[in-house]
Formats: sequence, structure tokens, C-alpha cells
Amino acid sequence: MTRKLPKKDVVIVGLGWTGSIMANELTEEGLDVVAIERGPWRNTATDYPPNYVQDELRYRIRHELFLQPEQTTFTFRNKMDQTALPIRSWGAFMPPNGVGGGGVHWNAETWRFLPSDFVLRTHLTQRYGARFLPADMTIQDWGITFDELEPYYDRFEYLCGTSGTAGNLKGKIQEGGNPFEGPRSRPYPNPAQQQPFSHALFAKAARELGYKPFPQPSGNMSQAYTNPLGVRLGPCTYCGFCEWFGCANYSKASPQTTILPVLVRKPNFLVRDQSEVTRINLDSSGKRATGVTFVDTSGTEWEQPADLVILSAYTVFNVQLLLLSGIGKAYDPVANQGVIGRNFTHQTISDVTSFFDPAKFIFNPFIASGSIGMCIDEFNGDNFDHGPHGFVGGGYMGQVQTNGRPIETTPTPPGTPKWGAKWKQAVRESYQSALKPGTGVHGSMYSYRDVYLDLDPTYQDRFKRPLMRITMDFHENELKQNAFLTDKFAEVFQAMGARQVVKEYRKGPYDVTAYQTTHLCGGAVMGTDPKTSAINRYLQSWDVPNLFVMGASGFPQNAGYNPTGTLAALAYWSAEAIRSRYLKNPGPLLHA
Amino acid sequence: MTNLSRRDLLAATALVIVSETVARAGVVSGQLPWHPDAGSPPEAVRPGAWQFFTEQEAAAVEALADRIIPPDPQTPGGKDAGCAVFIDRQLAGAYGHRQGLYTRGPFVKGIKEQGPQSAQNPAETYRAALAALDRYCKSKEGGKSWIELPGERQDELLHAVESGTVELEGIDTKSFFETLLKDMQEGFFADPIYGGNRDMCAWKMIGFPGARYDYRDWVGRHNERYPYPPVSIAGRPDWTPKKT
Repeated sequence: MTRKLPKKDVVIVGLGWTGSIMANELTEEGLDVVAIERGPWRNTATDYPPNYVQDELRYRIRHELFLQPEQTTFTFRNKMDQTALPIRSWGAFMPPNGVGGGGVHWNAETWRFLPSDFVLRTHLTQRYGARFLPADMTIQDWGITFDELEPYYDRFEYLCGTSGTAGNLKGKIQEGGNPFEGPRSRPYPNPAQQQPFSHALFAKAARELGYKPFPQPSGNMSQAYTNPLGVRLGPCTYCGFCEWFGCANYSKASPQTTILPVLVRKPNFLVRDQSEVTRINLDSSGKRATGVTFVDTSGTEWEQPADLVILSAYTVFNVQLLLLSGIGKAYDPVANQGVIGRNFTHQTISDVTSFFDPAKFIFNPFIASGSIGMCIDEFNGDNFDHGPHGFVGGGYMGQVQTNGRPIETTPTPPGTPKWGAKWKQAVRESYQSALKPGTGVHGSMYSYRDVYLDLDPTYQDRFKRPLMRITMDFHENELKQNAFLTDKFAEVFQAMGARQVVKEYRKGPYDVTAYQTTHLCGGAVMGTDPKTSAINRYLQSWDVPNLFVMGASGFPQNAGYNPTGTLAALAYWSAEAIRSRYLKNPGPLLHA
Repeated sequence: MTNLSRRDLLAATALVIVSETVARAGVVSGQLPWHPDAGSPPEAVRPGAWQFFTEQEAAAVEALADRIIPPDPQTPGGKDAGCAVFIDRQLAGAYGHRQGLYTRGPFVKGIKEQGPQSAQNPAETYRAALAALDRYCKSKEGGKSWIELPGERQDELLHAVESGTVELEGIDTKSFFETLLKDMQEGFFADPIYGGNRDMCAWKMIGFPGARYDYRDWVGRHNERYPYPPVSIAGRPDWTPKKT
């Protein structure tokens, strides 16, 4: 039997970055807001305090802070004619769980996308002609421009205390910043972080090669910071336990360190944790959401009625809830119709590992923050002429090595055996003088007709609901892009004086066991046409206007940057539209 | 639309309660929840009897540990570093039983890009593989068990296992060897509270300072060797006064 709770103005599904932002904005309007979170409440002192968070085995290898696949997972295949099998242990990406979501265990790399990224199809078609794009590439414009989003990027950066060096202030290029970024209205709220040896060395070599290196924008604090909500963050200690870990120093921007202390104290806000939303309920017209149904840990099923539903779970779970709730037309890649599941993407990452003379180089790789690093953006997006190269897209690249944790980061030169005395000796010799950036080449993945999400016909979760099925492979465009970028990246390490540079190109087929990033994108994308998008430019469902869908599931394709800055800016942008327009006249904000 | 039966819900819930340390759904409002002494510190491995391995299995794994990570004049080998103890405790615990992982069927062999699809958990795999290793040795090595072989012969055999030229009966041999390497090296480099990396020997070997957590004074000191010895989550042996 389903028990019914009193109606709320707003129900938020998932309390990560976008859920927290939306909850804070909508409670400011006096609305009564409940957030329902599948995972546990998490806070710094209890879940990742400084006396035991530095545990590589527990957090990095055994994935303590992530969703447990036992709770739910996805199935995966490369091609439509294969049988998808379940991801039994996470590999290529790490779905978050619990209050704070991915904001707890991210590296806090806080980027903006390029102006051309938002009008991608239009831009590329104008510059290179429509025939330059592969026939099955389904990239599209977002329906929003960089300039429209800029004030909301700014709000997120000031919320987080992002540390960085501006490269373009109101159209004026700034020395030391990223000259390719879109114009920003004001500088970063904090100066850039200090750079350890290898990161500084990369910048020097890049500059000598004619590039314009700049510090990676970082949600790790370069100094103590009080944000506009009055929440205080401490300075980063360069501990080397950032991504995969929570920050014990309150110095990584997360919902816990920027919003929740204020949000939770509001009388018109409430969180239900350990409660999994199983569907969004619709009225008999199918055009209006009446709330959500969720299940708590005692097995009790509850209905939470609400006037407004904010879907802010992880990418794939947003898409799953839409499909299981019958909202929007499911994507059919054969007929090339429908939108829910369409334009699903990830990232095209590769790395270069380099070995330096141990007598001359001591890198202390354990001294690092999550968003440490010096980067170049010459090969991102459409910052260079793709005409001669026969591919589109790109990525930033840099010495962004975040750690020297020894289970993960003990590289050995090629030809070293994997075990035995020679392995041990090579580990001993290389540890202080080898570099392994991790996500050194951080490339885009554009969308294709045969890369998508749907419901698996065989495998089920613990509620006997079908798992989501991922069909994904690398396409030639991305592999060409990666080969070009990886070669360019390796040249910088050569110039740094490495004795040996090993290029680890990204190769197909897409491998679900090899970690790239957690940046799964798309599946419920934003756009200008309901035939090719699930949500409009305000993140409002075309089909159910009192449902807004947050997060990277709305990205029509993935750019060559980390997504959090953009998805958080979009949440602010959507919240503004709800506050200024929707609440006065609830209904579609746009008519198709 | 999916409707959940009461029975499905109960079955699902039972599973959650087993796997989560703090499993009760709750409500947070008004203030940040605060409970004195809340937290979930790791449980340090206790020395003493084997928890998963039989004596015979343990001897075999210790011998494997010293082939995979051999002792040298500066640093102990896998056996003295405690790698077998690490694996023993891991196999007796959550890792050995795939706690938290997706273990529903059907189990179908896929391509390697789809990840491991074994119906067996690591505890079962180790038990079967160690038995198969001994059977192999007894039939091919003049009746000797694995631990009775000379070190050089053990190395040759492991190279053959690694390259796939020796198949242990009923075992995905190459994949087991990869697991074994991974587990040994994890034990060698993980915090010593888990039973390996004894006295932080692996961290001393490479110069990793462990759980120190604050390098603000050092981030700007380029190309200079960090001088301080490592610290574990449990501190350092010399921090604990010796009992008299």
C-alpha cells in the first residue's frame, strides 16, 4: 500500500549540485520544498574526516562514496547487434550517491564551455560546410548562448570560491589566463592555486612552444573564502586525496561546503535521505506531473504530491525516471525518432606518461589538489582550424596530475615486467621522477545516432525495474581527434626534458572497465525542437511543463571540458526562469 | 510504468539493510544533523590466525607474494610486507564476497570491454585457483606442490601463467593472475591498517609520505625532496609509547 504525504510546492529528486542550487533558489521564493535523495546524508565530520579520509584502498579502490552497483547499475554494449551485459563493478565512470552527489568526490575542475560549443551545429556548418560532419553525427545547438549563461557561470564560481586567472575580462584578453574563454563579467573570486614543480614545468615548456598556458580553474580554495551565502571554506592543503574522496578540510567546493549549511536551516526545506524515487506521477492527461513515488529503507512506498517536480539525479537516472514514468517519446535509433535516450555521450580521454632522469627531477607527485594543473586550450572546441585534419571537436590538455597515491600512481617505463624484482626496482626508481596526468587530454565526445540509452530487456534492479542499457562506441571522428591531440600533448613533455614519453591513445572499442571521467552526458537533451530535444532552453520538459530536468543529461553533446560549471550555471538559469516567469504563470515557458 | 509489489519492495529493502552501515531512511530539516562521535573509521586488521586461507593456502600465497614482490636488501618482499595477510582479510570480508557489487544473473560471457561477468566471487576464485595450482604442480612437477618448487621454477611457471601458455584446470588462468597481481600490489601499497605495507615499507621504498594531508609549506618548493617519513592512518609506531 502506498502512503500519501502532504502536498509540497516543489519536490526535488536527487540532492547533488543542481538539486541543492534549485532548492536554495526556490525556497527564497517562499516555496515549501522537499528533496528526496536515494543515498545517505553525508557530512565532512562523519563521512570523510581528516583522521581517516586518506585511505586509497577504501575510497579509490573500493569506491566507498559511490553508488553501489548492487543497488542499481547499467548494462553496456558497444553496438546495437550485441547483447548488453551488466556493469558489475564501476570502471569507465563512477555514478555518485548520497547528499552532495558528485560534488562530494569530484576534483572541482570548474570550467566554462566555449561560446561556439552552445551553437555547435550552426557554427561548424558555417565554418566548414554541412558535409564536413559525419552523416550519423547528431550534434545540435543548445537553444541558449554563452552570453545568456555567463551571469550564471559567474554565480556558481562565486558560490564555490573558484580559484583561477581570468583570460578574457569583458572582451579584453588577460595575460596568464585562458585567451580562448568567452568574455567574463568579472575575475574569478579567488586567485589561482599555487602550482607544484611538474605543473609549473609543463607551463614553461608550453610557453616555449608558443602556447598560452594558464592555471586550471579550481574549486579547491587558494585561500580561505566566505561565499555570498555566508558559508566559509578553508584553504586547500594540496593533500593529494581529492577526486574519489571527500575533502576533510572544507576546502573543496561541494553542496556541503557552500549551500547546505544555509539551505537546511530554512523552515521551508526538508530532506528525505535513503529514499529512492521510483517514478514521476502524471495526471490522467499525461501532461501534468502530480508528484513522485518513492520507497524508503523499510520498504514502505510513499507518494509525495507536488506542484512542481525538479529532476536532478545523475544523467542516466534522469533518463531512466523519464522512461519509467512514460514522459516523452523513447528514442528509437532505427526509426531515428523519439528523444528520451537520444544524444548520449561521454568523453574522449587519453594520457601521456613520461619518465625523467631520477638524478635531476624530484616531482613529489603526492603534493597536489584535485584541480591542480597548468593547461592549454589551443586544441579545444573550434579554437583551431579543423579543415586540414578531417575531424571536429577537441579538448583542453595539461599537466593536471592530482595525486601520487601509490596503488594508482606508480608508473613504470615501457618494457618493465608487471611483477618481480625488475618491477619493484622500476617502481622505486620512477616514483619521484615520472609524470602521469590522469586526464591529460580531456577531449569532447560528440553525439551519434547509434549511441543512446534505453531500458535493458533482461537485467533488473532490486525493485525488478529494468536497468538502463548503454549502447556506446567511439566513432572515427573522436579517435582521429584523440590521436591529433595526444601527439600535441606528448610534444610538451618532450620539451620538458623527459627521457621517455609514452603516448596512451584512446582506442576503440569503448571499454567500460577503463576509467575516463564520470561525465556521462545527454539522453534528455535541451534544444529548440521537441522532435530532437526533451527539454526547452529553460530545462523545462516539452511534454510536462511542471517538470524541469537538471544536469548533464541536458547536454546535446559533450564539449572538451568538465561539465559541472555548465550544469550548475544551467540550474541557476533555469531557477531564474522559474522564479521570474513560471511561478507567475505556471505553464510552458516556450511554445514549440 | 512500473508498479512494485510489496514483496519486491521487502526483498529489495532487506538487501539494502545488509549492505549499508547507516541504512535508515531519515528526515533532515531545521539544522545540520549532528551526533557526537558519529563516524565510520576503518577497522584495522588484527594480527593472528588466517581468516580465510587454510594453512596450506596461506603458505602458497606467501610464496606467491615473495615471487611477485621479491625481498631485496632495502625493502621486504611481499610475504614480510604482509601481502598474504592483506589478501586473507580482504577475501574474508566485503571484497571476497563482492558486497555492494551487482551479482544478479544471468551470467553470460561477454567481450572484455563489458567487464568481468563471472558467477564466482573472489573468495571462491582464490580457493579454486590455489587448489588447481597445486594439482597442476603435483602432476607436472614430479609430485611436488607449489611451495615445494624452487624459486626459479616458480618464476618460470608464473611467467607461463601470465602469458597464457599454462592453463590451470577449470580456471580462467590469465584473469586470475591479473587479479592476484592487483591484490598483491594493493596490499603492498595500501595503508598498513589493512595488513600489508608493514611498517610502511612500500611507502618508504618510494618516498610516499602517506596520510600527512598538508603540504602548503611544500607546494612551492620545486625539485626538492620532501624530507619527512610516512605516516599511516593509525599514526607511526614511534608515536606509541612502548609498554614497560
